[in-house]
Amino acid sequence: MVDAVHAHVPAREPLAPEHEHEGFALVVRDLSAGYPGFPPAIQGVNLRVPVGELVGLIGPNGAGKSTLFKSMLGLIRPQRGEVLAFGRPVERAREDIAYMPQIEEVDWEFPATVLDVVLMGRYHRVRPFGRWSKADHAAAMDALERVQLAKMAHRQVGQLSGGQRRRVLMARAIARGARLLLLDEPFAGLDAGVQHDLVRILDELAHEGRAILIATHDLTCVANSCDEAICLNHRVIAAGPSAEVLTAEVLTETFQRHLLTIPDAASAIAAVAAAGEHD
Amino acid sequence: MSPLVDWVLGPYEFEFMRRALLVLIVVSIVGGVVGAFVVHKGLAFAGDALAHSTLAGVSVAFVAGMNVSAGALAAAVLTALGIGWTRERARVSYDTAIGILFVAMFSIGILVLSTRTSYTPDLFSFVFGDILGVSNSDIVGALILGVGVLLFVVAFYRELLFVAYDPQMARTVGLPARAFEYALVALVAVAVVVALKAIGIVLVNAMLIIPAATASLLVTRLQQIMLLGVAIALTSSIVGLQLSFHASVATSPAIVLTGCVLFVAALGWQRWRGRTVVAPDAPAAA
Repeated sequence: MVDAVHAHVPAREPLAPEHEHEGFALVVRDLSAGYPGFPPAIQGVNLRVPVGELVGLIGPNGAGKSTLFKSMLGLIRPQRGEVLAFGRPVERAREDIAYMPQIEEVDWEFPATVLDVVLMGRYHRVRPFGRWSKADHAAAMDALERVQLAKMAHRQVGQLSGGQRRRVLMARAIARGARLLLLDEPFAGLDAGVQHDLVRILDELAHEGRAILIATHDLTCVANSCDEAICLNHRVIAAGPSAEVLTAEVLTETFQRHLLTIPDAASAIAAVAAAGEHD
Repeated sequence: MSPLVDWVLGPYEFEFMRRALLVLIVVSIVGGVVGAFVVHKGLAFAGDALAHSTLAGVSVAFVAGMNVSAGALAAAVLTALGIGWTRERARVSYDTAIGILFVAMFSIGILVLSTRTSYTPDLFSFVFGDILGVSNSDIVGALILGVGVLLFVVAFYRELLFVAYDPQMARTVGLPARAFEYALVALVAVAVVVALKAIGIVLVNAMLIIPAATASLLVTRLQQIMLLGVAIALTSSIVGLQLSFHASVATSPAIVLTGCVLFVAALGWQRWRGRTVVAPDAPAAA
């Protein structure tokens, strides 16, 4: 089964290590990671995120998506392997990485304004008595224009709707001006119209030469919007162009019992994809 | 002089009243600023625990013949760090960790006090507050600590806001979020000590919570909450001091109750405004 899946989607030809990161924003090599005292949540993960593309990372809950993200952000140390952003270890490439957390991870009740939050994207280092420059303000307002929230810059974030909260966090990631964006479940709980708007913004960003990795369990979104897909369940089940990767075989292996209620995964995907187009 | 001016200014002919006013100004500024974090990061219980933990430092220092305020500061800061440490290490909830440290430190205080057979008014001034007995060195101590707290908040305002709102993202950009989380609880500890001699262990937490909670009913930005909180704290402190002087009652409960009245008034104002104005700040649909 495993071999069949991999045969179906051939891995990229390996490059010489010194050239491996050329054209790629992110290279994950033989990564095993997890929490100390527990078996690794991800094992032997190899993947690459090309510059200028929108890549979807899908897998069921508990597949290790968060662990993989935390490794990519330098929040947990790999037990084995490495994560390189633009050829450098992620801890030394922080300026090049922007992150959009799940909205549940943020304290929306704290009395911050939309502008306060977007300015956080411009933060680079601890500097006593540091103040935001005019350039920081301009970048933050540009990012807010992009997600169409500029008029709400002085609103308290607690007053925003779910869709607006996601757009604020996306604006913060954009304001950073980073070449690699890591977005964790940016569309969860959004209706199709709002989701479509956000995907359009991400498409623009990708066309400008940014690399974007989206962790999601929303197959429709990956099928419709992402150039490439990576299917994860503790290891990489398959990776490559979305149309080739999202097959019944791969999805069954990725989601396992999570998809058991659907007899034919391929037709299910076709159905959700079609529904997505209607929206 | 008109009777009103006399009523207002008369008490300050006494030096102890001038000292009380001075220390209350420091307490109000520190309480309003730090209180914004206490109210919005759910640190109210931690503040109360830090206040009670100072009894250990106060009593040990008293028995050992050392500076009692320094003992209070040491106990509060140690407890603050202990709360942060327990939160990280022990598999108990934050509330439980605070609850354990709180009673442990308070018990040490009572235990040490129980070894003293004679009545110790100096110690009881720490428990119930003794604003009229504030000495010049108390004022200097509060000033030094207060300026330190304010400098820290101004210097690291962006960091404190960032870590309060989104510690995870803060870590990803290389901000030592954990250090700032510890620092925040330590700030609360220092703020408690600033107000301790004047207000007393039992009521000191009110100086952190009531002004910031009242301000939060009226304004929405962190900076606004801090500034309005300071103004509200100054108002309740001065009015409470004045009333207690003329009515010959204890000062710190008079200040706290004035603060409570302002809180209820703000609550009424907020509800009245909410009903009469067509919610200008209502969230728009996505």
